[in-house]
Amino acid sequence: MRIDRRLIKNFDWVTFFLIVLLAIIGIMTIYSATRPPLPHGTMASYYIRQLYWVIMSILALLLIISFDYIWLKRASYVLYGLGMFLLLLVLLLGKTGMGAQRWLNLGIVSFQPSEVFKLFYIITISRYLSEMQGKIGLASLLKTFFLLAFVPMVMLIKQPDLGTAIILLLVFLSLVIMKGLQRKAVALVVLISLVSVPFLGNILWEGLKDYQKNRLVAFLEPESDPSGIGYHINQSKVAIGSGQVIGKGYLRGTQGPFRFLPEKHTDFIFAVFGEEWGFVGSVILLFLYLSLILRGLDTASKAKDEFGSLLALGISFMFTIYFFVNVGMTLGIMPVVGVPLPFMSYGGTSLLANFVAAGILINIRTRRFALFY
Amino acid sequence: MSINGNSSEKVLISAYLIIALFFILTIRIWQLQILQGSEYRKLSEENRLRIVRVAAPRGIIYDRTGIPLVKNTPYYFVSISPQNLDGLDISALAALLNMDRDVLSEKIKNRPQQNLYEPIRLKEGLSTKEIALIEARRSDFPSLAVDADVSRDYLFGNIGAHLIGYLGKPNEFQYSSPDFKDIPSNAFIGQWGVEKLYDRQLRGTSGERIIEMDALGRELRLIKEKSPIRGDDVKLAMDIKLQKEAEESFGEKTGALVAMKPDTGEILALISRPSFDPNLFARGIKQRQWEDLNQNKKLPFLNRSLQSQYPPGSTFKIITAIAAMEEGAIDVNTKVTCTGEIVYGRWHFGCWQKQGHGTLSLHRALVESCDVYFYDLGKRLGIDKVASYARMFGLGKETGLRMAKERSGVVPDTKWKLEKRKQPWYLGETFNASIGQGYVATTPFQMAQMMSIVANGGYVYSPSLLMADNNPTPLTKLNIRQETLDEVKKALSGVVNENGGTGWAAKSSLVNICGKTGTAQVVGLKRDSKYLPEMFRDHAWFVAFAPYEAPEIALSVMVEHGGHGGATAAPIAKRAIEAYMKGQRLENRQTAH
Repeated sequence: MRIDRRLIKNFDWVTFFLIVLLAIIGIMTIYSATRPPLPHGTMASYYIRQLYWVIMSILALLLIISFDYIWLKRASYVLYGLGMFLLLLVLLLGKTGMGAQRWLNLGIVSFQPSEVFKLFYIITISRYLSEMQGKIGLASLLKTFFLLAFVPMVMLIKQPDLGTAIILLLVFLSLVIMKGLQRKAVALVVLISLVSVPFLGNILWEGLKDYQKNRLVAFLEPESDPSGIGYHINQSKVAIGSGQVIGKGYLRGTQGPFRFLPEKHTDFIFAVFGEEWGFVGSVILLFLYLSLILRGLDTASKAKDEFGSLLALGISFMFTIYFFVNVGMTLGIMPVVGVPLPFMSYGGTSLLANFVAAGILINIRTRRFALFY
Repeated sequence: MSINGNSSEKVLISAYLIIALFFILTIRIWQLQILQGSEYRKLSEENRLRIVRVAAPRGIIYDRTGIPLVKNTPYYFVSISPQNLDGLDISALAALLNMDRDVLSEKIKNRPQQNLYEPIRLKEGLSTKEIALIEARRSDFPSLAVDADVSRDYLFGNIGAHLIGYLGKPNEFQYSSPDFKDIPSNAFIGQWGVEKLYDRQLRGTSGERIIEMDALGRELRLIKEKSPIRGDDVKLAMDIKLQKEAEESFGEKTGALVAMKPDTGEILALISRPSFDPNLFARGIKQRQWEDLNQNKKLPFLNRSLQSQYPPGSTFKIITAIAAMEEGAIDVNTKVTCTGEIVYGRWHFGCWQKQGHGTLSLHRALVESCDVYFYDLGKRLGIDKVASYARMFGLGKETGLRMAKERSGVVPDTKWKLEKRKQPWYLGETFNASIGQGYVATTPFQMAQMMSIVANGGYVYSPSLLMADNNPTPLTKLNIRQETLDEVKKALSGVVNENGGTGWAAKSSLVNICGKTGTAQVVGLKRDSKYLPEMFRDHAWFVAFAPYEAPEIALSVMVEHGGHGGATAAPIAKRAIEAYMKGQRLENRQTAH
């Protein structure tokens, strides 16, 4: 593969620096969250492993940038098939953790196929939509939904990974809206969502596992069960709130290392950050994520083709939804659905997938000029 | 451009929407960190730091001879740390602790909100067998812990229970009272008797440990420690040998006994029967035990020596006699003839001796407890004079002992009747009052105090539960002539020791006991109630002091529905006095050697 000088000249350094910065903040926060409460305690090695994953992820990102994203379009259906296969594997021989079956054990590492699948899914939908002409009518909306979104959502719900399923549905809907809907199709989307909320809610409730029900109840009424899930939310709020304006200072937080916070280095990492860096740090962090997402939207509007544009939008929306759901959960304004914070939460597959996604954004932006080759 | 015509507009709109989402998050963070920040900071400190109060060893309660009445003893309880309750097998735990499953899960779920991180106490007052069982299964329930507090062993069980009192958990009201702010949240405090009255001295000062803890409730580091200061000991005026002998002599009978030292006001014994076992409270009384005691018809929790009032019956004649002598209504030679009754208008007032006592003077009138003689004295004196003497001897008002919510008794006079009954006083009522019937009511404690004043020659002492260090100074000296008191005391000796005396059953070969019987009517119809059902039988009284020459003990005995005072109450008084005098002589002999 030859390296074009224009490739370097047009490289999206902003996105690259933002995600590397977020990953470094993530490692620092993981270090703080898992440090022992006493000087002589033993340190968990999460931050070292996360560091290895970051290096691997940067390599993967460079690999993704090295070829034109048009190849992703060409390979999309194969990738989609591969993703579905992985999801099937999880259902058949997945490893169970916390009542959910999400991991595949590959000997050295466990990995979460849903993290990989979501990328293939966005790529495939972007391709499918980009090949449609004009606004989407009622029939083609239904066709697209059942063809691309329905089956994987059912499989994710079965895992059960309700969080990812809902996020994928939201990404699907937002991409469809961005593509453009005919009046009737808009009406259908609105109608279905209005009707299905109570109806689906009931079916979902019956189908929910106990831990999922607990989470919902705890979200609606956190004081009702202070040592269960509500306890998690309360402790997260205590952690963030106690950070006050400028925070307790790095490595001065107590909620994480003293084990008051559950999942402190994964889903609740924002709470550890907020405790140590306070309002000032939190707002800066929010600003970093917002910059990344707006940069992605800008990339979408500058992309050389509709596929690239939809892909950049899909990835940006995904980041947005993940961020909002995760941080909203730690702040007690969203239910606990077990979604990681992109680039910061401990977890290799998720980190790798997000770096690859950001790599695709960089790829699209770098090759935004139609007459590149 | 590339998507549809309005694509860049849509991207712009979504950018605004995303900014709005971030704005929502920022507002929420503002709310948590800035608006409620200090509150959450406090919560996070409380999360981590725990102040554990350590109860001070409680002072010991001794009797007047230095015998310990209580012992501090460990009190075991099992608790569970509120974190990591997921996956707890409540049914198995309930089986292990031998508790009802619902009660147990209720305890775990409904703990007080302020103690979010404090271990939840599941069962208290564990026996050693229970502890062994729990320890054996510790690996199945890692968050269980058996800990110990200090509680009390009441060495004499139900003997002296009303006087010594008991410890218990603070009630709702005490919990929020500033008096108990500094005690450990689960500590025992005095709830009755001396334990309650002198709680502050006995309690000492609790210590404090500030500990850094993790969420699993494990102690990480001791940050600061303040040692508890042991509570002060308390030495009671009570003599446990006397108390024990007297309580035992009650047997199954219901009633009260109060004994005092006439020359100091020290309380030598204070009894209310039936009693209860204070150890039940100190070991965390079970709901069922509490209900049993509380629903007992004989009211074991009622301190009859202070909280019940009864007509004093003929024991009141001592007051009438003193009043008559002092007011010059009679002298030692004044004679009255008893024909068995006195007729006043349409009313007949009988003497308990229906055949009549014949002609007698004050001495024999007291010895034989002639009612007619005292009707006559009442008539000569008028009720208001009788009442004023009764009040001088402390009747009709609270003793101020603060031991329990006590009754004040009733000393009726014309003013009292006008106020309370809106009626004028009738002479017939004077007759009744003169022999301690009708409206007159006293507590056993008041009668012991009265007897003490008679015995010591008219000095009024403030009653004291604690042993006096040196001879206390009397509050007042009653303005009563020595001759009067001497005459009455001589007669009281006659009650026990002379032929025909009603108090013959108290006659002792050990010591010269003086006393007066009393039989207080419960129903006004019959005189002899031996054959009536127990609840209608008369109350039996005996008030006494001894020895005649230099009184060392004064007491009152009241047996509810005991029938005749001479028959039921006098033997109890005799046993009590003999027990005390034996102890005193032993002590004197020891100090003499």
